[in-house]
Amino acid sequence: MPATVITITSGKGGVGKTTTVANLAVALALEGSRVVCIDGDIGLRNLDVILGLENRIVYDIVDVIEGRCRLKQAMIRDKKFTELYLIPAAQTRDKSAISANDMVRLVKELRSVCDFVLIDSPAGIERGFRNAIAGADRVLVVTNPEISAVRDADRVIGILEAEEKGPASLILNRLNPALVKSKDMLSSEDVLDLLAIELIGIVPEDENVIIASNRGAPVAADGKTKAGQAFRNIAKRLKGETVPFLDLDAQGGLWERIQRMAGRK
Amino acid sequence: MGFFEKFFGKKASADSAKERLQLVLIHDRTDLTPAELDSLRDDLVATISRHVEVDVKAMQIGVEHDGRSQRLVADIPLKSARRKTRKTK
Ligand SMILES: Nc1ncnc2c1ncn2[C@@H]1O[C@H](COP(=O)(O)OP(=O)(O)O)[C@@H](O)[C@H]1O
Ligand SMILES: [Mg+2]
Repeated sequence: MPATVITITSGKGGVGKTTTVANLAVALALEGSRVVCIDGDIGLRNLDVILGLENRIVYDIVDVIEGRCRLKQAMIRDKKFTELYLIPAAQTRDKSAISANDMVRLVKELRSVCDFVLIDSPAGIERGFRNAIAGADRVLVVTNPEISAVRDADRVIGILEAEEKGPASLILNRLNPALVKSKDMLSSEDVLDLLAIELIGIVPEDENVIIASNRGAPVAADGKTKAGQAFRNIAKRLKGETVPFLDLDAQGGLWERIQRMAGRK
Repeated sequence: MGFFEKFFGKKASADSAKERLQLVLIHDRTDLTPAELDSLRDDLVATISRHVEVDVKAMQIGVEHDGRSQRLVADIPLKSARRKTRKTK
C-alpha cells in the first residue's frame, strides 16, 4: 500500500509542530510502520536535534531537489528505530530554494518506500507552509489552549479548506488540566467548539517533553509519560484504531492530590 | 482564578478568552468588520424601506455560525405588523 503523507502545521510558531512530528514518527515506528519525516522548515532546521540525529547529516532536502545526491542518500536512518528516517532541512538556504512542485515530486518518490511520510511545516501561512502542504493527503493542525494560537489555527484551517486540503484534524497540545479546572485555560471542549473540526489528540503540558528534547529521544519512546502516551494514542488513531482520550484529570498519585488540595498545584 | 476574583464575581479568564475568540473568529472568517456590518445594515434598511416600512430600532443583524460555515442573520420587524399586535392587546 502506498504511504499516507501527513503534514503537521499550525500558523503560530512554538506550539509544538516539531515535537509532534518527532513523537508521531517514533510512535508509528514502535507500531511497526516505516516512517520518513521531512523537516520542511528550511533555514530553521530543528527536527534533527529533537530526534537526536544532528551528527549524522550529510545531505539535506535542497541537495535532493537540486540533484546533488540521490533521495536515499539524504535519508538518515535512526539507530534505535531502524524503520524511521529523517530528511533534514537545509540550514543555509531559504524557502525559495524549494517549490510546491518539488515537494509533490519528492513525496511521490517516497510513497512507495514507506507507510507514512510526516512533514514538519514552518510557522506562518506563506511559501514554506504552502510547500509543506502541497503533497499532503492529510493535515494535522497543532494548537495550544491559548487565544492567539487558536486564532491562528482557525486561519490555517480556513486556508486548508480553500485549498481543498481539508478537513484538517486537530491536536491540542500543552493542555494544563489544573488550569482548565480553575477556569484559567480554555478547555478542549471550548477549543473544539470554536474551531469546529475533528479532534485527533490532546497532549498535556509535560516537563518530560523538554527533558526528552534535551536528550534527543522523543517522549513517545517512553510509554510511562503522559505526553508519551498521548502521542502513542494519536499514532494509533492515524492507523485507524479507535482509542479513547486520556483521562487527564485523574492525574498523579496521592502526593499530587495532597499538593493540589493544599493549593500548590 | 483566585479567591478574590471569585468573591467579587469577576469573570473567569477562560470565559473571556472564549467570548473574545468567538467574535474575532467571525470577523476573521468573513472579512466583515463591525463597521462594514453597520453599513450593510444601513443599505438593507434603505432597500427594504422602499417596499415596506420597517422598525429600524428593533432590527437585528449579525453573523451566526453553524460548524465552520457562517450565516448572515437579519431580523427585521415590519412597522405595520407591530401596530396590529398592539391593537389586539
Ligand atoms: N506537551 C508539551 N509539554 C511541554 N513542553 C512542550 C510540549 N510540547 C512542546 N513543548 C515545548 O515547546 C517548545 C516549542 O515546541 P516546538 O515543537 O519546537 O514548536 P514548533 O515546531 O511549533 O515551533 C519546545 O521547547 C518544546 O519542548
Ligand atoms: Mg518547528
